[in-house]
Amino acid sequence: MSDHITEIIIFTALFLLVSGMGFVAARWRAPKDMAHLDEWGLGGRSFGGWITWFLVGGDLYTAYTFVAVPALIFGAGAAGFFAVPYTVIIYPMFFLILIRLWSVSHRHGFVTPADFVRTRYGSPTLALVIAITGIVATMPYIALQLVGIEAVLKTMGVTGDSLLARHAPIIIAFAILAAYTYQSGLRAPALIAFVKDSLIYIVILVAVLYLPYKLGGWGGIFDAADKKFQATPNPGDGILLTANNQLQYVTLALGSALALFLYPHSITGVLAGRNRTVIKRNMSALPAYSFLLGLIALLGYMAISAGIKPLPGAKAGSTDTNTVVPLLFDQKFPSWFAGIAFAAIGIGALVPAAIMSIAAANLFTRNIYKEYLKRDATPADEFKVSKIASLVVKIGAVGFIVFLDPQFSIDLQLIGGVIILQTAPAVALGLYTRWLHRGALITGWAAGMGLALWMLWQIPNAATKRAHFGGSAFPLNKFWFFDTPKTIYVGFVAVAVNLVVAILVTFLLRAMKTPDGVDGTTSDDYFADEGDPRVDKSVTTVETVSST
Amino acid sequence: MAEPESPEAVPAERVKRTDRSPWNWLLVIPIVVPLLTPIYNHDAPRFAGFPAFYWIQFLFILLGVTTTSIVYRMTRR
Repeated sequence: MSDHITEIIIFTALFLLVSGMGFVAARWRAPKDMAHLDEWGLGGRSFGGWITWFLVGGDLYTAYTFVAVPALIFGAGAAGFFAVPYTVIIYPMFFLILIRLWSVSHRHGFVTPADFVRTRYGSPTLALVIAITGIVATMPYIALQLVGIEAVLKTMGVTGDSLLARHAPIIIAFAILAAYTYQSGLRAPALIAFVKDSLIYIVILVAVLYLPYKLGGWGGIFDAADKKFQATPNPGDGILLTANNQLQYVTLALGSALALFLYPHSITGVLAGRNRTVIKRNMSALPAYSFLLGLIALLGYMAISAGIKPLPGAKAGSTDTNTVVPLLFDQKFPSWFAGIAFAAIGIGALVPAAIMSIAAANLFTRNIYKEYLKRDATPADEFKVSKIASLVVKIGAVGFIVFLDPQFSIDLQLIGGVIILQTAPAVALGLYTRWLHRGALITGWAAGMGLALWMLWQIPNAATKRAHFGGSAFPLNKFWFFDTPKTIYVGFVAVAVNLVVAILVTFLLRAMKTPDGVDGTTSDDYFADEGDPRVDKSVTTVETVSST
Repeated sequence: MAEPESPEAVPAERVKRTDRSPWNWLLVIPIVVPLLTPIYNHDAPRFAGFPAFYWIQFLFILLGVTTTSIVYRMTRR
């Protein structure tokens, strides 16, 4: 620990700096009345282009991404580079979808995707399904942000042996995070994101200029990686894709892109924008982070070239590849710069963790508390409940990491990406058409979820010697009608089945003349922009539409 | 702030708003091209030491930015 003292001091100083900012954020762009979910949970829906860029960038590209993607490249090679096409195609895909979502939410005061579904289909049940899916998918994602911090702490040697000593730094960090999120709401991560993203950009630009120089150039780095993968018995790794994992690469990129903007925390970031132009321009500006992510991914190859050996994992005999990037920084950079890099990752975990907990809290408040527990809740009630819910969510996330094997969170996050995709027909398609019947959407969701869980259960992982939940690449030959070693992304298959079932059941329900519910939106709502007359804030949509 | 160009002078509030534009079709390009692995799944030619697989996919980022910027500018009202 003593040889890491400079790193620890710099890490702690920067961490305390942003914590202070988090508390001050309550007064930043302060509203007259903070006691409203629009203020606490969406920053007053007033963020301009720059703030949105930092906020959504800090939200989508999480600390876990920055640690896990290079770890994947380190272990498997080219397959891990799916993060680049994934974060390229996502913006043109959602360019038109998000402005519709923003407009209809602006007009009706929606805070969550489930709010939209509730009003669009007049179905509290479907909204509940969407809300629970969102909460379940988000929880392990928050826990994983802790895995990002832990990788850094482990490298700095700030770990003890007992359960408490091992996790004390994380518990303290999350307690501080919980306190300022409680106080400042979405304004806290928005303000901290400036520091976090600036640090990450500086660290990565320095790393990709300095490290290749120390490691003998990019050509040498790729050759070293190639040599390592040639020597392994695994036929699926390498610096290029193989014949069998290309379908997986493409479907994983496509499925992940479709899933990311369905996550409640992404939608929270988008709805906090001031107008449609802010969203559209960010679709062109956010790929700057994709470039950064691509460079970060390649740190995995640099770690191979530098001969990094990952630290041991939680179980005896296992290794924690999430530590390769922190180790690379620790061994190749002067300790003061490694300290800055570690702070960038650590702070990088706080921004998404804060937004995710706010998003999950909003889902609980709007779609469970207000819908089922207290129908006459005032905006002030919602505000109070959401603040407390955000604390509960964070305590839950810490519990995941402290009391359960971190692998459990990684599995759940893998499942989370697949299950959030099952909300695509109701949320994304729902923005364009109401043709699918609400009952059919629920049936399709159930079919997609069931199939997804069955498929994930079937996937073994040779590296971790586990029989189930070993990854998201499903070998097609497990379907009896295929005889091929090719693999495909589970979420992609599941959402396709979800959609087909939803279409078929829609025909059935229409034939049976099952009531279709009332659409609380008009076609004009989907084009509303800043300055548009809004539905009165105090009259939320839940009351304006009669349920059937 | 351009006035609506339709011949019947409809009040701005009444004009049926839409996001439709032929320019939107451009968005298909950066969605489809990055998914065509045969284009870029090669080592050669290398650029500054980067195998084609990597530098071509970095170029897709520019493709995405260019396309969304063009669509934004051409559909601005």
